[in-house]
Amino acid sequence: MATTETRTTARVVGTPVPRKEDRKLVTGHGQFMDNINLPGQLWLSVVRSPYAHATIKRVGLEGARELEGVVAAFSGAELAADWAGSLPCAWPVTEEIRMPSHFPLAFDKARHVGDGVAVVVAESREIAKDAAELVEVEYEPLAAVTDVGRALEPDAPIVHDDFETNECYVWKLDAGEIEQAFADAEVTVKRSYRQQRLVPAAMEPRGALAQELPGTGELTLWSSTQIPHILRLTLAGVVGVPEARLRVIAPDVGGAFGSKLDVYAEEALCLALARRLKRPVKWIEERSEAFNATIHGRDVLQEIELAATAEGKITAVRVRLVSAMGAYLQLVTPGIPLLGAWVYAGCYDIPAYSFECTGVFTHTTPTDAYRGAGRPEATYAIERVVDALATELGMDPVELRRRNFITEFPATIASGLTIDSGDFNASLDRALEHLDLDALRAEQAERRARGDTKELGIGLSTYVEMCGLAPSGILGAIRYVAGGWDAATVRCLPSGTVQVLTGTSPHGQGHETSWSQIAADELGYEVDEIEVLHGDTTVSPLGMDTYGSRSLAVGGIALHQAAQKIVAKARTLAAHQLQVPEDELDYEAGTFTAGDSSVTMKELAFAAWSAHDIPPGFEPGLEATAVYDPPNFSWPGGAHAAVVEIDTETGDVQLIRYVAVDDVGKVVNPMIVDGQIHGGIAQGVAQALFEEAVYDEDGTLLTSSFTNYLVPSAAELPSFELDRTETPSPTNPLGVKGVGETGAIASPAAVMNAVADALAPYGVTDIDMPATPERVWRALEEARR
Amino acid sequence: MRRVSLAVNGVRHELDLEPRELLVYVLRERLGLTGTNVGCDTSSCGACTVLVEGESVKSCTVLGVQADGRDVTTIEGLADNGTLHPIQQAFHEQHGLQCGYCTPGMVMAVVSLLADNPDPTEAEIRSGLEGNLCRCTGYQNIVEAVQSAAAVA
Repeated sequence: MATTETRTTARVVGTPVPRKEDRKLVTGHGQFMDNINLPGQLWLSVVRSPYAHATIKRVGLEGARELEGVVAAFSGAELAADWAGSLPCAWPVTEEIRMPSHFPLAFDKARHVGDGVAVVVAESREIAKDAAELVEVEYEPLAAVTDVGRALEPDAPIVHDDFETNECYVWKLDAGEIEQAFADAEVTVKRSYRQQRLVPAAMEPRGALAQELPGTGELTLWSSTQIPHILRLTLAGVVGVPEARLRVIAPDVGGAFGSKLDVYAEEALCLALARRLKRPVKWIEERSEAFNATIHGRDVLQEIELAATAEGKITAVRVRLVSAMGAYLQLVTPGIPLLGAWVYAGCYDIPAYSFECTGVFTHTTPTDAYRGAGRPEATYAIERVVDALATELGMDPVELRRRNFITEFPATIASGLTIDSGDFNASLDRALEHLDLDALRAEQAERRARGDTKELGIGLSTYVEMCGLAPSGILGAIRYVAGGWDAATVRCLPSGTVQVLTGTSPHGQGHETSWSQIAADELGYEVDEIEVLHGDTTVSPLGMDTYGSRSLAVGGIALHQAAQKIVAKARTLAAHQLQVPEDELDYEAGTFTAGDSSVTMKELAFAAWSAHDIPPGFEPGLEATAVYDPPNFSWPGGAHAAVVEIDTETGDVQLIRYVAVDDVGKVVNPMIVDGQIHGGIAQGVAQALFEEAVYDEDGTLLTSSFTNYLVPSAAELPSFELDRTETPSPTNPLGVKGVGETGAIASPAAVMNAVADALAPYGVTDIDMPATPERVWRALEEARR
Repeated sequence: MRRVSLAVNGVRHELDLEPRELLVYVLRERLGLTGTNVGCDTSSCGACTVLVEGESVKSCTVLGVQADGRDVTTIEGLADNGTLHPIQQAFHEQHGLQCGYCTPGMVMAVVSLLADNPDPTEAEIRSGLEGNLCRCTGYQNIVEAVQSAAAVA
């Protein structure tokens, strides 16, 4: 742990500083991808397969090439020589994993609707689009498998012929005496759940622009991405350019939620075509493309089984998953289900643990990280089956949870990881207080007694999750290619302002503000005197980017450490100037004091820059870089509760209240933290009630626009009631934990437990997400029969 | 090509437009007003909302030629000499935006909403903004921003 010697009194950390990012965004001056244009740029359009599975017999480009304004058109085969490597998958989860090659354009077969098979490049966006429609591709359509549950059936069409199976991998984790626990169990419950396929649907579609600098061969890529640093490394390998000569810039990015944590075909295509054609090449995704060409989330079948005593002590949990990879492996596709693999016991002390996941290929858009990635699935399964166990035991679900909560921290759980801190009873107590559960149960009983057609349902979800993946050694042990560290540089400029260079790459999370708060407190500057630079591999060359709720608990700590290095260096210079030993200096809020004399950080920054009077061996300038590799994951937790009203005649479900009590450790900016939780809850509620990507049997995505894929509007959601409990993380010096995904992780279970609670008197034993009016109505009809 | 005359944020423009050009691309690409974003092409998401004669419209479903002779207001036309419009100020103060991509359209929709109903209830705000999607905020702070802007006005 870092020294605390130079910690100043907190001044702005913990306060709701309004966001520095906002002014440009509310006035329409954000620099989003489609606002960036270069002189002479060409437009790329991708010709995509309308078939889920087809042999590509011929790609006819003549018509497109003849159109005025078209500069070039290529089939996948014609570009094959442009690739030095396959689009990367950075998480080969087992040694035996089947890893298909995946090039930016398919040249033998199309394997999902939306798979790119040809490109055209033209002088304008419109001409490129028109030309793409003139490309004549001759396909031989083949049978497809889109249902994750059918992928391993003996007659299922094979996605990658070489493998002769659709099985991608089988991954297992066993701990404790699982068979014995089930043999000895007084009660067992087993349930199957389905995590429907979801579309991340960031409001800004993807986009990319590539330029080769004339004469030097240096390439610059602008991309609407979460991961400029990872792109630099991986795309260098795909297009065959030295990493040091590739610059990647993430401009303002209009949301991502995991969907821009990928190395995409179009990014590689823009680079390769800019290099070939010696002109900048730009591509902007249309929404209809995005539904098929940007990764999807979830699509997992779950089976979970608990063993317990008659008193409700859970003794074992056994989990079996079948998880859809889609047609190819994107950056971390195989690892997504494993991000939940360690936490299927939830916040409960369960000594025996068995987890197995089978990854399967289907003729669908690849899946990958979507807000929560593995942990919403785990939380959903354990929280729903705990409610099922409560029903089985005739026990109050609140009481059952309390009987099994982990209460001593740090807690090494059966799956092998260590939860550093938490207090699950405290957050549950607070949530119940807000909820006024007794009053709600009374109203529920009254409605039932009077035969009200509008049923009330109350659902709980108590959760713990692991985010901020670390340390790097553990990531290596689970076969993730990258490390878990992040980096920051602090540079005190001579004129009294500070540059912070961060390796995180925000796209809505407000790092410019929160990072300024951290630096301001350490260095004694005002928030507005600090400029946070990010998202450009040349400006901020070291970093691991933003995903998995890692930025504050990893990158924020790197910044804290860099600032402490600055203070330590400034102390040496201050001692020299004030002619006192270093240890006689007091430091607070940017000022070193010894007796009556003092010197400020800003004065020292100038003195360090001019270097006119510095101690021997003192390196001019006040700049420091820190790279931080956390010793553990970050473990947020909490208790969420949902109240739904269900019209039993129409099946309509209204979410009428939502209470969230989260423990995300110390909070840097409570306004931003609340915003993250609001957004996460909205996405989780959307999974529970509204959203589902549906393929037909031929592999056509039926829900391919916002008119039939229901991203909720303000009208579908209530205001959420938020509160916090706080157990500071002992893992890092700021005591912070992640917060980006907690809402999406906790909420689907809370809402669906509420739906199940409302429908229980009708004999409805279970219902899948999303609980649409039709699904609820059908479940009621079936139960009535 | 058709000659069109339209006033955008008080400035008159004479343009020769192709009949198929959408208003949003006229604003973004002909006039360089890139504050208005494109989110869906199907008039579902509202990212491209602007005001035509003071009424909110989705500029991805309006042809440029349809705006002939009209007054158009975009997000760039709201702030007065560097002072944020009260609705922009309220979005900032209430943290009504995260990534900011939906924000210009959302703010323009709120301008129109409050012009029609200066003192809306929460339910009226929520249903009034039904045509504008935000994936980041869960809408809560947007609703609060509207309430706060309504209180100021």
